[in-house]
Amino acid sequence: MRALDIEDLDVDLGGRPVLRDVRLRLDRGELVGLLGPNGAGKTTLLRAILALIRTRGGRVLVEGKPSRPGRSAIGYVPQRHEFTWDFPISVEQTVLSGRTGRIGLLRRPGVADWRAVGDALDRVQLSELRGRPVAELSGGQRQRVLVARALALAPSILLLDEPFTGLDMPTQELLSDLFASLAQEGRAVLMTTHDLVAAMESCTRLVLLNGQVIADGRPEDLQDAEVWMRTFGVRETSPLLKLVKVA
Amino acid sequence: MSITDFVTDLLNPDLAFLPKALAIAVMSSIVCGVVGCYVVLRGMAFIGDAVAHAVFPGLAVAFVLQGSLVLGGAVAGVATALLIAIFSQNRRVKEDSVIGVFLVAAFALGIVIISQAPGYSGSLQQFLFGSITGIPDRDLYLVGVSGLVILSLVFALHKEFVAVCLDREMARSMGLPVFWLDIVLYVLVTLAVVISLQTIGNILVLALLITPAAAARLLTDRLGVMMLLAPAIGGTSALVGLYLSWSYDTPVGGTIVLVATAVFLAAWLLAPRHGLLVRRWRRPARHEPSADTRPNDETGVAAARGATAAVS
Ligand SMILES: Nc1ncnc2c1ncn2[C@@H]1O[C@H](COP(=O)(O)OP(=O)(O)O)[C@@H](O)[C@H]1O
Ligand SMILES: [Mg+2]
Repeated sequence: MRALDIEDLDVDLGGRPVLRDVRLRLDRGELVGLLGPNGAGKTTLLRAILALIRTRGGRVLVEGKPSRPGRSAIGYVPQRHEFTWDFPISVEQTVLSGRTGRIGLLRRPGVADWRAVGDALDRVQLSELRGRPVAELSGGQRQRVLVARALALAPSILLLDEPFTGLDMPTQELLSDLFASLAQEGRAVLMTTHDLVAAMESCTRLVLLNGQVIADGRPEDLQDAEVWMRTFGVRETSPLLKLVKVA
Repeated sequence: MSITDFVTDLLNPDLAFLPKALAIAVMSSIVCGVVGCYVVLRGMAFIGDAVAHAVFPGLAVAFVLQGSLVLGGAVAGVATALLIAIFSQNRRVKEDSVIGVFLVAAFALGIVIISQAPGYSGSLQQFLFGSITGIPDRDLYLVGVSGLVILSLVFALHKEFVAVCLDREMARSMGLPVFWLDIVLYVLVTLAVVISLQTIGNILVLALLITPAAAARLLTDRLGVMMLLAPAIGGTSALVGLYLSWSYDTPVGGTIVLVATAVFLAAWLLAPRHGLLVRRWRRPARHEPSADTRPNDETGVAAARGATAAVS
């Protein structure tokens, strides 16, 4: 059974086409980088996978079943600025908030919930900061809190939206290693990023997106400069091509 | 006037309105303190403001028909809260301008309606600035029961409200009914406002919602503590404010709000972690955050996002 299977997905937003004919498959163990310029539809694709927006056509299957909010085993890590960081809440409580839907209305968290929180914190190595207010965390620590919040649901798919944006190199490398090992442990990880070098290095597969899927393959197989130029709308003299070693 | 005199007056059967006003002021301040925590943390003061103004025509109609002011205000306030929730889903119109349109129109309607009643100028003042006399017994029970219902709903839905405050998109992805939770929260804010109108008055009720919660936020980084501190500050301000108002014959709503504001200023200056004095004193000893600790990069982006979300 495929972790994620997207067939011929079409999405319109505000009456304009944003995604067309997107076909994307993810297996457990893969760390897939979703690359494309601003406005390419990367976040929109993640939101469609989560079934947060109405699609125009096509289907999204998670573990063989249509995706449904709260039902599918997807862990979502939105961009860091989506989160209210000045909220008076501890790291631990934030991670627990990832299970709000699972705990259910009118119920309090039980032993299983706290165990899931503990495991998720261990996994991202934040157990020592569990009582710290989130407002007092660094950018890298904040990113790890959001990952732990997603992991608290023990998802088989992890969707990460620009996890590296605004972080320095050492922090990026630490997170890259974390994402690679999360994939190796048997999750399917899909990550959008503008950091082409890191993506070439750490992803097992890259998907180039700009309204539609322009290329999909292992980093070493994406040697055709033309697909990069088409995806990012750059000329053949662009330094971007040197960055991904196709020029 | 000494505290003993105040207690004697409270127990004096000829002044039966006084303990009633005190009970209503304290109960509504406690409820506003709790609900105000969400209002402050979500930055939705404008909802409280809009609702406070929009309940006015409801009060006016109730006054003209000699019905319960609390009920009249509640009906108008809840209707407004629902309209705001529904209209603000339509992102083409900026939320504030939608609310502004409702707010002014509702207030105008209230003035027109109340001007139809004989001797309206005295009651107008009472609505706008609050009063401790003329509260019917049934309002005492109405406020008590509504207060309990509001607090129970907050208790029951707390973790969902927090999830929505933290991150709406994530809350949606967990399958939470975000739109309905918004509506319930708006209605709770409305009811908190309405039960406070009697003593505080229409104009000042927003302060009761915001000031104790904002003061509590300065004093703690823990939501649970904040939600206990805010009603404690609100309830105490109501008690002290009513005492001062009775002693010095000042308007009750204004006095309560000034006491709460004094608590806020004290917290702002003296709070153990975020207080102005502590930060001043500590600043030379603290180094700038390292490259990894950019506490402002996310908030900067968030502010920018808020700005673009508002115009788009
Ligand atoms: N709510 C919306 N309504 C209308 N258009 C939208 C909305 N959200 C995004 N878009 C448009 O969809 C396109 C893709 O956006 P997005 O998925 O955020 O891109 P990316 O994440 O790749 O930068 C953009 O052109 C954007 O303007
Ligand atoms: Mg995006």
